[in-house]
Amino acid sequence: MNDTQLVMYDEDYRKILGVIQKLVKDANAKGIFVVDRNGQLIGEAGEMRGIDTTSLASLTAGCIAATGGLAKIVGEEEFPIHFHQGQRDNLHITLVAHRIILVVIFDERSSLGLVRLRVKKAGAELAKVFEQIQKRSEQASAGGGGDAPFSEITDEDIDNLFSM
Amino acid sequence: MSFINYSSREINCKIVYYGPGLCGKTTNLQFIYNKTNPDLKGKMISLATETERTLFFDFLPLALGQIRGFKTRFHLYTVPGQVFYDASRKLILKGVDGVVFVADSQIERMEANLESLDNLKLNLAEQGYELEKTPYIIQYNKRDLPNAAPLDEIRKLLNPNGMPDFEACATVGTGVFETLKAVARAVLSDLKQMSK
Repeated sequence: MNDTQLVMYDEDYRKILGVIQKLVKDANAKGIFVVDRNGQLIGEAGEMRGIDTTSLASLTAGCIAATGGLAKIVGEEEFPIHFHQGQRDNLHITLVAHRIILVVIFDERSSLGLVRLRVKKAGAELAKVFEQIQKRSEQASAGGGGDAPFSEITDEDIDNLFSM
Repeated sequence: MSFINYSSREINCKIVYYGPGLCGKTTNLQFIYNKTNPDLKGKMISLATETERTLFFDFLPLALGQIRGFKTRFHLYTVPGQVFYDASRKLILKGVDGVVFVADSQIERMEANLESLDNLKLNLAEQGYELEKTPYIIQYNKRDLPNAAPLDEIRKLLNPNGMPDFEACATVGTGVFETLKAVARAVLSDLKQMSK
């Protein structure tokens, strides 16, 4: 079932964090979030810590999924860029490498043009990182994926999870 | 599709509650939400119509505890059960790690159960998944109603392959956590098998 399982190591995380921390500065953004297409939060940067990031990730993925469905109806492959304008904050959402969603939250200190420009470059860098992750996942699954933490768990481990 | 994060030492899995309209998918999640320790759960999101029918999905993030030093997190989703929301159901099934099929025990809903089960198989197949190979639990909900069909009849109809199943009354919580534990266990066992 988990044929496209996403496995992220610390070095991957650091690379991703490096890209989005730079993007926060370059784009004058309030907050940046990297979300897996299935709704899992991968990384965040900026001054918006403390908000409900789990919900943000799930809803962003739902939004991308819904507009992806709309795109197919009108004969497009995807709508990879979304922009939501608010009274105070704005949301710029980009689908990177068909797999990862880059969410940029910005206010009047920045502009849509600047965000778009900077996201383009950062998106390409993120795509490279996730390409490497994908390649490694494929190699691991071809070789049995033996280093996964779950390869050694026992039934007792699973039972213990529910005995709390 | 599970997400294993070595950096934060977390494992995230996605579980989808499927079933015909008004079978009690959202009620299952609401009961879990109400009875779970606040430290272990996130906010429950319901994208519903004004009449509280699920429009897109319900979402409930749960943390179950640690396994081999990894925090295990389960993201529970429901699909909209009404027949015409099929496009949304397909989207929500993407990347699923485990499925709970919530059946409505009332005799007059048997056809709706069968239709929804066929729809589940079809939508999984579209993504290259087979229900038989997916961590999968059946819950017979609304067992308390006077018009509930006999258990062996529902089993024969909806569970001919003898998958793990539970009787439930989601409004008062009977069988809700048993179902959740069973699907979580099935997902983790599947992860274990896959990583061998």
